[in-house]
Amino acid sequence: MIEFRDVCKYYGDVVALDDVTLTVEQGEVVAVIGPSGSGKSTLLRCVNALETPSAGEVFLDGRLVDATHKDIDEIRTDVGMVFQHFHLFPHLTALRNVMLAPELKGRGDEDNARALLERVGVADKADVYPDMLSGGQKQRVAIARALAMDPRAMLFDEPTSALDPEMVGEVLGAMHDLAEEGMTMMIATHEMGFAREAAHRVVFMDEGKIVEVGTPDEIFDNAQRERTRAFLAKVL
Amino acid sequence: MGERTTRLLITVGLLGALVAALATSPYEWDFEPTWRYRKLYGNGLLKTLGATGIAFTVGLIVGVGVALARLSKQLWLRHIGDLYVELIRGTPFLVQIMIAYFGIAPLIGVDDKFLVGTFALGAFAAAYMGEIFRAGIESVERGQFEAARSLGMTSNQTLRHIVLPQAFKRMIPPLTGELIALTKESSLLFAIGVMEMMSAARQVGADTYRNFEALLVVAALYLSITIPLSLLARRLERKMGTASRTGVELL
Repeated sequence: MIEFRDVCKYYGDVVALDDVTLTVEQGEVVAVIGPSGSGKSTLLRCVNALETPSAGEVFLDGRLVDATHKDIDEIRTDVGMVFQHFHLFPHLTALRNVMLAPELKGRGDEDNARALLERVGVADKADVYPDMLSGGQKQRVAIARALAMDPRAMLFDEPTSALDPEMVGEVLGAMHDLAEEGMTMMIATHEMGFAREAAHRVVFMDEGKIVEVGTPDEIFDNAQRERTRAFLAKVL
Repeated sequence: MGERTTRLLITVGLLGALVAALATSPYEWDFEPTWRYRKLYGNGLLKTLGATGIAFTVGLIVGVGVALARLSKQLWLRHIGDLYVELIRGTPFLVQIMIAYFGIAPLIGVDDKFLVGTFALGAFAAAYMGEIFRAGIESVERGQFEAARSLGMTSNQTLRHIVLPQAFKRMIPPLTGELIALTKESSLLFAIGVMEMMSAARQVGADTYRNFEALLVVAALYLSITIPLSLLARRLERKMGTASRTGVELL
């Protein structure tokens, strides 16, 4: 369970998050939508302390997320993150990318790593270096890498935004499977079709605030707020 | 004609012209006395290589420390690192080595010229190599740190398994450059009386009154070390694709 309590984030005078309160239940898939710069990424990045809130708190399964606390590495293993630009380790093969972190925690398991690559459909690329992979393959390896720590929740930060259009499907497919297996997921995305289909709840953000939260049907067909409707009218 | 052939021809042509000019000058060349001192040169060469090698190793180790200090979260460490680099880079090595030998060495009761000179050279190298390490570490994209930390790797693990392997590749060409610079810089050990190549050349010149020959020989000896290193650096750079494409050809 991920819990945001009155989270604010400022960069100088710029307000990135403005008093955000939100709870994501275990097994829930939450899509976070909104214009660029609305705070979607910042919100996700507070969950694994890549950003530290200026005010308010984030809890993961009841534990306070605090970058300065010594349990932070432990907390981070419980949340997988997938980045817009993949950030695969270029000096390691796909398999090594997946295996390294578990290995450093003393639970390296090659069979498990291969099984994860299989699960996202890139088993045949195990021994290939990232620069020889397509964008879609890279992102699927990145998903396998994040899953290797056996996380309780996954964060997806615009996972398909840097992909060529023909590769979006394969990544969304892998995410879809994950959602059906009951993984807790927060997804910052511009893929409205995916949000509608795969998410249990949709969060619409604008200017650092949560404007509206609801089921996909409520948000996409029956938005209550004018700003939500204006945004959806532009992107749908 | 390939670029390599052209370059070779130009080199041979220029060298030939230089040799011809020197040979036909009124100066009467005599390398015989220099040849008699070959043993002195040989010993000097060994000392130069030894001092450079040891100083480079010291520089590597201390340099990593300097880089980590300058990148530290602790202000005091950062500041000490900054001060070190500023002090070393802000004064001539000639002054440093003299302070080390005539000032510090007697204080701590060390009398070995080679030892003092070599460690002074190492301390000098550390400031420059620290900067190479720092630039290398900083050249690694932020996303790499984020990906590693988000997987629960500690900062040490991130540095060791993710950042340094990528940074190290990019540091090899500048480190080779630093090795070349150190080879030449070691000639200043002559100022405190270490009998390396430069001292050898000075002594041969003084003994034989053949300064020109003695110095040309030592120049050739330095080049015989630095040119192969420089070729090696260029090869490594090409092999690792670090020689990035520039837009200069569009000028």
